[in-house]
Amino acid sequence: MNSKYPLYFIILALGSLLLGVIFGLVASLQYIYPEFLKNALPFIKLRPLHVTSGISWIILGAIGSIYFYLNNLKFYSVKLLKTHFTLYLLTGISLYFSYVLGNMDGREYLAFTPFLIIPILFGWLLFGINLFKTLWSSISNWPVYYWMWGTGIVFMIYHLSEAHFWLIEEFRMNFTKDMAVQWKSYGSFTGSWNMLVYGISIYVMTKIKGDEQMGRSNKAFFFYFLGLTNLMFGWAHHTYFLPTQPWIRYVAYIVSMSEWIVLASIIYDWRRGLPIPNFQKHSMAIKLMKTADFWIFANLVLALLISIPAINYYTHGTHITVAHSMGTTIGINTTILFSSIYYIVGTLNKKYQETTVLQKVSIKLFNGALIVFVVSLLAAGIKRSHWIHFSDNSSFSEMQDAQYVVYILLTVSGLGLLMAIYFIAIPVLKRMMQLIRH
Amino acid sequence: MIYSSHSYTPSIALSPKAITGQNLWQRNNCWSCHQIYGLGGYLGPDLTNIYSNPNKGPDYISTFLNSGVQSMPVYNFSNSEKEAIIEYLKAIDQSGVYPNKESVIEATGWVKIKYKDE
Repeated sequence: MNSKYPLYFIILALGSLLLGVIFGLVASLQYIYPEFLKNALPFIKLRPLHVTSGISWIILGAIGSIYFYLNNLKFYSVKLLKTHFTLYLLTGISLYFSYVLGNMDGREYLAFTPFLIIPILFGWLLFGINLFKTLWSSISNWPVYYWMWGTGIVFMIYHLSEAHFWLIEEFRMNFTKDMAVQWKSYGSFTGSWNMLVYGISIYVMTKIKGDEQMGRSNKAFFFYFLGLTNLMFGWAHHTYFLPTQPWIRYVAYIVSMSEWIVLASIIYDWRRGLPIPNFQKHSMAIKLMKTADFWIFANLVLALLISIPAINYYTHGTHITVAHSMGTTIGINTTILFSSIYYIVGTLNKKYQETTVLQKVSIKLFNGALIVFVVSLLAAGIKRSHWIHFSDNSSFSEMQDAQYVVYILLTVSGLGLLMAIYFIAIPVLKRMMQLIRH
Repeated sequence: MIYSSHSYTPSIALSPKAITGQNLWQRNNCWSCHQIYGLGGYLGPDLTNIYSNPNKGPDYISTFLNSGVQSMPVYNFSNSEKEAIIEYLKAIDQSGVYPNKESVIEATGWVKIKYKDE
């Protein structure tokens, strides 16, 4: 290991995750007890704290993993890596500090004060320079995951900037355009981190299987181009019901969903073709990747359905959208990143490759709790959709009160999810701390 | 094309007062609980057309803003701040309709939405 800084990024990522699930659980309690912590920690603070922590987990986990994998090569600049880490650590502290003080004048998902986007973008630039400088000499022979990482970084810089176009008066003055561009940028921002995370999944599968051809197959590159199309055009389903010109609403809702089939297919091929001895090596990483595989299939059905405008008409603006986003961020992104992190600690110390009984139980708890969590969100969404489209003047609070049992189910399954995530994250966090100390 | 103003119908320009209202909307994270065109949080109702709703409207909004009912924080908006938020909600209301109950669901699965000025 040339530098411990990739591990520092991962530790920061795991810390964000552990904090984020607590914020999420407390926020869900406010659905049941609206007055709970209302003055000390109101929902308007909890939600940005939860969302920012969740996004930070995915972004920092992906950055740390990619830096670790680059670190195995002749790395361009450890100094840039250290600067990147220090910058993000200080930005993260400022961000949480500003949230606690209530200084949030950004927008949904990026609620921090817009000034903080400058160090965030600068960090992405440093990351990009390090990646391209490290890998540039071999560009003609890049496996697909290098392309995915490079593309993810470039588009992340653009779409994070685009998400702040509202600071330009020309955009802000035109309300409909402002909203459409905002939600377009969020779709593409998510597509950019998916590029990083899916690239990591292909890297981990390639290395565990010991088959370098996997990252160079036609299917893998087809998937890359499909993902790229999705990143650029697959945001349309966010904005079906904004009063934009019809052509904008026609754009690319089918492509946004087709990439899942290919990723599932790649993972399926990998599992079928994995030599038996490898099941003992990196067993936890493999189990977690299989979990991601399951959630890809589970989300595929929902994703395909809500991308049909006639169905989206009823699901838009309801918890069904949240069920989809939770299914993907927790079920897919989180399990792929956990798999990558377990693979990393297993690479650094072979005794960490085995799976303990607690970890096996934790994966089962994770899947069970997430199924109940997603189903309760779907139930809440159906009830809300019925209220929006077919209610006879009943009030919003009457509809919310009628959801009481569903919200209890949501909170209980959220608690189960929190426990499973802690049982999976804390052992690997401890191992990472031990590796750093030695 | 996406950044061109011609792509959007109708083009609603926010007044300086509405921009002030939008700043207050953002600074107080109203989007955490409320939606506009179904986009936002789900702890509160969608506010796209609350301004023109015959049972709600500007007076209702003004009263509600500092009410602190249920999980809504206890705000202490001044009269001018309340007017700015109402102006912002008025501009949103003029931009279109949500939920778009007069949409036509076509056999192809497409949904033809009704625009505000149709």
